[in-house]
Amino acid sequence: MSIMVDSNTKVITQGITGATGLFHAQQCRDYGTQMVGGVTPGKGGSLIDGFPVFNTVEDAAKETGANASVIYVPPVGAADAIVEAVDAGIELVICITEGVPVLDMVKVVEFMKDKPSRLIGPNCPGVITPNQCKIGIMPGYIHKPGPVGIVSRSGTLTYEAVWQLTSRGIGQTTCVGIGGDPVNGTDFLDCLKMFEADPLTKAVIMIGEIGGDAEEQAAEFVKHHMSKPVAAFIAGATAPAGKRMGHAGAIISGGKGDAVSKKAFLRECGVSVADSPAEMSDALLNIWQP
Amino acid sequence: MSGSFIWTDVNGVRSSDRPFGLASVKKRNFVKLIVTEFRRFVIHDRLSSVSFRTVIPGGLTMNIHEYQAKAILRNFGVPVPEGHVVYNSNSARDWAKRLGEGPYAVKAQIHAGGRGKGGGIKIAKTADEVKQYAREMFGMTLVTPQTGPEGKNVKRVLIEKGCSIDKEFYLSILIDRATNQVTFMASAEGGVDIEEVAAKTPEKIFFEAVDPTLGMTAFQSRKIAFKLGFDIVQVKQAVTLFSNLYKVFVEADCTLLEVNPLVLTQEGTLLCLDAKLNFDDNALFRHLRIRDLRDYDEEDPNEIEASQYDLSYIALDGNIGCLVNGAGLAMATMDIIKHYGGEPANFLDVGGGATIERVTEAFKIILSDEKVQGILVNIFGGIMKCDVIATGVIKAAKQIGVDVPLVVRLEGTNVKKGKQMLAESGLNIIAADGMADAAEKIVKAVQG
Repeated sequence: MSIMVDSNTKVITQGITGATGLFHAQQCRDYGTQMVGGVTPGKGGSLIDGFPVFNTVEDAAKETGANASVIYVPPVGAADAIVEAVDAGIELVICITEGVPVLDMVKVVEFMKDKPSRLIGPNCPGVITPNQCKIGIMPGYIHKPGPVGIVSRSGTLTYEAVWQLTSRGIGQTTCVGIGGDPVNGTDFLDCLKMFEADPLTKAVIMIGEIGGDAEEQAAEFVKHHMSKPVAAFIAGATAPAGKRMGHAGAIISGGKGDAVSKKAFLRECGVSVADSPAEMSDALLNIWQP
Repeated sequence: MSGSFIWTDVNGVRSSDRPFGLASVKKRNFVKLIVTEFRRFVIHDRLSSVSFRTVIPGGLTMNIHEYQAKAILRNFGVPVPEGHVVYNSNSARDWAKRLGEGPYAVKAQIHAGGRGKGGGIKIAKTADEVKQYAREMFGMTLVTPQTGPEGKNVKRVLIEKGCSIDKEFYLSILIDRATNQVTFMASAEGGVDIEEVAAKTPEKIFFEAVDPTLGMTAFQSRKIAFKLGFDIVQVKQAVTLFSNLYKVFVEADCTLLEVNPLVLTQEGTLLCLDAKLNFDDNALFRHLRIRDLRDYDEEDPNEIEASQYDLSYIALDGNIGCLVNGAGLAMATMDIIKHYGGEPANFLDVGGGATIERVTEAFKIILSDEKVQGILVNIFGGIMKCDVIATGVIKAAKQIGVDVPLVVRLEGTNVKKGKQMLAESGLNIIAADGMADAAEKIVKAVQG
């Protein structure tokens, strides 16, 4: 078991004829993921490096039986690409694109409210279940199958945590990069619920950042509903105030948002918090042994 | 917010106690003149879009001056005081005369808030006084709680017609991350620091989330307006005002629209006495005219240079330069440097699809900071391949000549190739395994 993706997941790539889309479609196929085709409007009917290309997600889903889609479409068309995939009934939509306007995402999230699809991202590295399915831009070789679930707002910090575990011989069930944008499809809470329900996941590492209060919501869940041990790191303890967060934005989440208050709250809720990003796996091993 | 000081800081008297006689508003040709200035901002690029990505990096927010924000608001039919921006004290007096009788507000235009506290906002009774205050402001280094001790040079001054205030309110529109919705935030405690209100009396702040398909509805505007204590005449004004502010927010892709204070004049009309607009950098590709409002004088030259190459760079006070891929890892790298007793000189995210050129430029920018006594390169490659980073590091180091300790930590796609290239480069590079090792090595190297 794992969450979200496994060896049965069939993936199409939206924006497959772009350099980034094609490169990562190839990388994911090499990893063993069922990469069944792609979508680029106007290039339907062609083949690119063995991938069948379709004009619409609807066509691609019908012809390939894909149940997941990964999006590398540039920011100007990314929100439209997400909506197209959701409309075509794709169960899992992963948007890698960085730089999607936040008001576009407000509309997308509203549109998705009564839809069965799940969105990961935007501005995220993707999802991987080691040795079964890699969707996104993470380097596959650092992962190893095992008992730890990872959920993170940051791409490269996820790799850091994975590498720390793998170097100690500890593998992962599934690693989810939820993305660093203020408005996104899936948050920590969603992922923790899935990890709690997944019998193979025995422990979880959660990697947050300053801003918003998603980490605090997740901590509340850990405190009241999670039977599995959770370790965490919050990036941005040294980030200057006001550079990334608007003042008014901090107010609306009740003054929460800086690393100090996030860490303190996580600890209050029973989460093992790493003070250094080099100690993410240690923070987990302090409270759990594989 | 700055505008809150207009009427309160000058003599320490609350605006409502102040007997301003503003009855004789004589409209002259100034309307025509103001229009020419503001016509430039007519948002006829509202729906225009272009296919290229702006060079301004994502994740940050573009700021504009108060007078520019007010011009945009005026274009959407939002009531703001009559006024004009000037670049020298003589035209300050001319514009004051065109605005009619005093009093006037003379407001230094810098991006930082808290201007009143630093002497950047004055009330003048006559046009000559306007000239005198403007003369004092031009060339002045304005230090406010938000500028830092070095302050900001004043190059533009806004001359506005004064108004008589009955009450002050707070109003803003922003995106609530918890609900993923555009949200109005309002309080009858206007003209003060809203964060203080939020901390001490959160029940005095009202929220209203907007459905993106409906927009700001009349009933929601009425709900806020009644809570603010408006009478029915003002409530009707508020419905139009709030609806127009919401239009500005969505059509200009704002991340923050703040009116502090929103005032009720003694004549019974609502007026936005100050305005702050922040824009989503990720959406500037469809707002070229707004992008053109960027004032480079207000920004760190290195941050501007970095944005040309799509690099996210923020200057800090320490001496260890950082070159990292990914915002989270870049923040974590700063954190771990501090954890080992060092001080980061900057935040620098080279992003995902960085080219050799961008990495080279990143190096140049870090090295142009004279405080930098050592550099830590920390790359965990996904999209970013380690050999690309290595090529950039080698090219930049050879081109510029890196004369400070350089610690490089590489991991990820093509890591072997990257490490091999660095080892064979002949450069004096300290290789590190893992973040802790890298941080310890650079802190040690810098501290000698």
